[in-house]
Amino acid sequence: MTILLYMTTALRGLSANKLRSALTVLGMLIGVGAVILLVAVGNGSSIAVQSKIKALGTNTITITNRGRFGRGPATTGTQSQAATITAADIKTMSDPNQAPDILSVSPVLSASVTASYQDASTTVTVTATSPTYLPAEDYTVEAGRSIGSSDVASSAQVAVIGQTLLSNLYPAGANPIGTDIFVTEGKNEAQFQVIGVLAAKGSTTGVDPNNIAIIPYTTAEGLLTGYTNNFKQIIVEAKNSKDVNAAEAEASDILASANQTTVANLPFFVINEQSLLSTSASTTSTFTVLLGAVAAISLLVGGIGIMNIMLVTVTERTREIGIRKAIGAPRGAILGQFLTEAVLLSLFGGLAGVAVGLIGSRFKIVGVKPVATPTSVVEAFVVAVAVGVFFGFYPANRAASLRPVDALRYE
Amino acid sequence: MSPVPSGSPSSDRQLPPVIALRNITRTYKMGDSEVHALAGVSLVIERGEFVAIMGASGSGKSTMMNIIGCLDVPSSGRYWLDGVDVRGLDETRLARVRNRKIGFVFQSFNLIPRTSALANIELPMLYAGVHAKERRARALAALDLVGLSSRAGHMPSEMSGGQQQRVAVARALVTNPALILADEPTGNLDTHASDEVMNVFESLNRAGRTVVLITHEPDIAERTKRTVRLRDGLIISDENTTRGPRRAEMGAAR
Ligand SMILES: Nc1ncnc2c1ncn2[C@@H]1O[C@H](COP(=O)(O)OP(=O)(O)OP(=O)(O)O)[C@@H](O)[C@H]1O
Ligand SMILES: [Mg+2]
Repeated sequence: MTILLYMTTALRGLSANKLRSALTVLGMLIGVGAVILLVAVGNGSSIAVQSKIKALGTNTITITNRGRFGRGPATTGTQSQAATITAADIKTMSDPNQAPDILSVSPVLSASVTASYQDASTTVTVTATSPTYLPAEDYTVEAGRSIGSSDVASSAQVAVIGQTLLSNLYPAGANPIGTDIFVTEGKNEAQFQVIGVLAAKGSTTGVDPNNIAIIPYTTAEGLLTGYTNNFKQIIVEAKNSKDVNAAEAEASDILASANQTTVANLPFFVINEQSLLSTSASTTSTFTVLLGAVAAISLLVGGIGIMNIMLVTVTERTREIGIRKAIGAPRGAILGQFLTEAVLLSLFGGLAGVAVGLIGSRFKIVGVKPVATPTSVVEAFVVAVAVGVFFGFYPANRAASLRPVDALRYE
Repeated sequence: MSPVPSGSPSSDRQLPPVIALRNITRTYKMGDSEVHALAGVSLVIERGEFVAIMGASGSGKSTMMNIIGCLDVPSSGRYWLDGVDVRGLDETRLARVRNRKIGFVFQSFNLIPRTSALANIELPMLYAGVHAKERRARALAALDLVGLSSRAGHMPSEMSGGQQQRVAVARALVTNPALILADEPTGNLDTHASDEVMNVFESLNRAGRTVVLITHEPDIAERTKRTVRLRDGLIISDENTTRGPRRAEMGAAR
């Protein structure tokens, strides 16, 4: 007997009890659909979290000097001097011979200041840094230009402003480029020409990354009180996302030797974006697995539904089984016939479940845009069919094992 | 002792009898008590015979027929079908024997529901692995033989009892079995329909097929060539229907 014949026989059997078959298929549909949809939700939320972290710049390492507040956990009382990060260190790190995996190093000096333009004034974060800070932090210039190395060299009084600052100082639609803004911190005051506007950027920390004015770090001397040749923070950008850890090691080594200490004793706080990313990836994948497991239980329930219905079917059709055996059906043919019915139920349930899961994952669910992965779809489908085989086997085997006389005599 | 009991005079001594039963018993356990449906039956049926089995209800006719048809196995005794001891056959071989050597017709027709007359007749050939084209051709020929060519596409529920039984007969004969067994084939039919079914059996027997049927009706038995009577699981008489008593020695032996 060919597969096709098994199929037509099985379809005839299933269509004899349409409602019952449909309900069993529905059970499988819900199981498969739930697996696909919930895994998609878990996956979607994981992608959302990761893209938020990515917005920080995944190739970057933030090194913060905590020396002023205390030593790092590894430092002991024997070390009396706080370590520093100097302009010379930055130069060393920027040298490709000494640090081959580092693309750029940006010193960062931030302060909260008052900015004003004409009658308007607002509080804004001024970040004094080098041109490489912008790409390292995933800032893009929407209009005008970014600060350049010549601006750093000449300590040019220029600023690139963020969207929030723009809307706080300028009337809607105004072109800020070429205009001058005043920045005051305590007694210090300076005038900056706006040379560019940043595109809006997403926030991960709750601090608005768009309420910002970026100026060359050399300009900060005399304006920002924190300025010494001792940067509180630098951002190191690796050449490649796979080089992040190597870049971190190179930067640490350079700083350790410059401060005549060991890496472990540096009182610096290092945030490696990539390790943040992998931490979050592992937590969200745990979440996804958990969701998938819950959904898999409904798949199991669907399978039990198939087994239940197949047991009823075999009992109902005991006489038919007897007739088939009396005219010479071998055991395998009976087994195949009922197994095909069970697998068809799970196959239909699986296909419909895939459709429902895919359609469902086009809608936002509890604020998450689900992202269905091909593997979860294929896996859910394959598992569904396997469930059909597994739960269909016992009833089919029961049918195949019936003795012809007993089956024929069954009322 | 020869493994096959010697039978009645046969035209061809080389061929074993189609059916040879020796001391067949069949016991059903009902809790503590035992029911002896067959209490020791010996019977030889040669190729080309047309036999009626009669007896009161509960005398063991169906039990014997099920054993002959390899649907059931005896509690003791031996059974040679076409010279082959069925005791030595496994499940797969028994299925093949039922498929190739035996055509079974039941009192309650036993067609597969929601399956057309033609598909029902094709079924045994399906299990025999006959190709679709040949299957169709042979099924149509069998349907023609029972005079139901016009009902090929009908479902069992769309046919009269007589027609259903003739489809069942067509299904039984389509694999060219050596043996056609029928358990009260006319039990659910009126005289006219019985007549039609018996006509088919008669023509099959004329064509050389061995036919064994169970019946309660003397006029049906009269149309066969030999009548075997059972009572309480034993053969009480075995005679030639047209040519007077035969095999009296069997009854005497008991
Ligand atoms: N499955 C069974 N379990 C127990 N006893 C059985 C079973 N099948 C048959 N019997 C018993 O065996 C005996 C013979 O039954 P069988 O069906 O062979 O009778 P029969 O001659 O065909 O009767 P009928 O003419 O009514 O069909 C009866 O007494 C019956 O009760
Ligand atoms: Mg009976």
